[in-house]
Amino acid sequence: MSFTPDIRLFTCHYAAAQSCAEGGKVLGELNFPANITLTRLACTGKLEETDLLKAFEDGADAVYVVGCPAEGCHNVKGSQRAAKRVAAVRKALAELGVEADRVRMYHLERGLHPEFIAAAEEMNALTSRLGKSPFCRKAA
Amino acid sequence: MIVAERKPLAEILKMLRDSRKILVLACKGCVTVCSAGGEREAEILASLVRLGLRKEGKEAEVATASLVRQCDKEYIDGLDQYAGQYDAILSTACGVGVNFIANLRPAEHVYPALNTTFFGGSAEQGVWKEMCAGCGHCVLHFTGGLCPVARCAKSLMNGPCGGSANGRCEINTETDCVWQMIYDRMGRLERQQELTAAAPVRDWSTAGHGGPRKRVREDLTV
Repeated sequence: MSFTPDIRLFTCHYAAAQSCAEGGKVLGELNFPANITLTRLACTGKLEETDLLKAFEDGADAVYVVGCPAEGCHNVKGSQRAAKRVAAVRKALAELGVEADRVRMYHLERGLHPEFIAAAEEMNALTSRLGKSPFCRKAA
Repeated sequence: MIVAERKPLAEILKMLRDSRKILVLACKGCVTVCSAGGEREAEILASLVRLGLRKEGKEAEVATASLVRQCDKEYIDGLDQYAGQYDAILSTACGVGVNFIANLRPAEHVYPALNTTFFGGSAEQGVWKEMCAGCGHCVLHFTGGLCPVARCAKSLMNGPCGGSANGRCEINTETDCVWQMIYDRMGRLERQQELTAAAPVRDWSTAGHGGPRKRVREDLTV
């Protein structure tokens, strides 16, 4: 059965700056998957574990974060903090018997470049393989 | 402070399997400082409980609230505003808080979200270490301020044991031998000679071996 995953992306202003240029038009031209909802943050260090979990509560099949390189964050340690929070959620998902890969962290250089699109395609392919989120099961 | 850590989610979800209205109750005391059971952790846990139950095909209303402390009667009174609204309280306080709610609110179903682990301090960001065992008979004045009860795996009063090697404990080689630390520190303080006196056989009755302990300050009771 065909399945279009609902994927949420949280990305910092710097890693996503150019990707949001012209109202996201450039992003579309580069075939950024339309089923990925992008939320831009001032810094991924602002992201809380609850933001990632809420995305799953709201129906996401997978969530990923794109922040600055770990050693080159515009806000020094913001993307490192985000990576820690992503790791904590990965651990919690595993505890719940859910694939940890439904949440991932990517450290990318700022701006619009092939890796930004590649990360999206990778998450899309991965989530398509994993299938629908087990949290979307209807209550008994 | 009292240091604690979240229980495994499977254990928590098993406690709540028959609950449909759950209040995750944070404590703003020690467990906030050790990032185990403050408001932030309660929000995270509430979300995980919702997701965990949903995965099992159950839908539950999971809310959060917090009390200044869960180890004082006057703050437990803050629970009255939620009376009858929830069929389970999941407390993110230490075990003291859970006991207080159980004692003072007999009709409430209260469950522990945390394992209470030890009395300790923040050695560095994100790292807590046990420093006190609450044994009721402090000997820190003999040992340069370093506790052999809490920090020696054998709670020796005349250490180190034969297993101390290269300044590390034989039980866990990643742990410093506190008796080595005591000798080193007393040497720096020019008090090492004091350690030649054998510590007497210790009376452990103050350490809870006589049952639950209680302290009464007559001057404070009214």
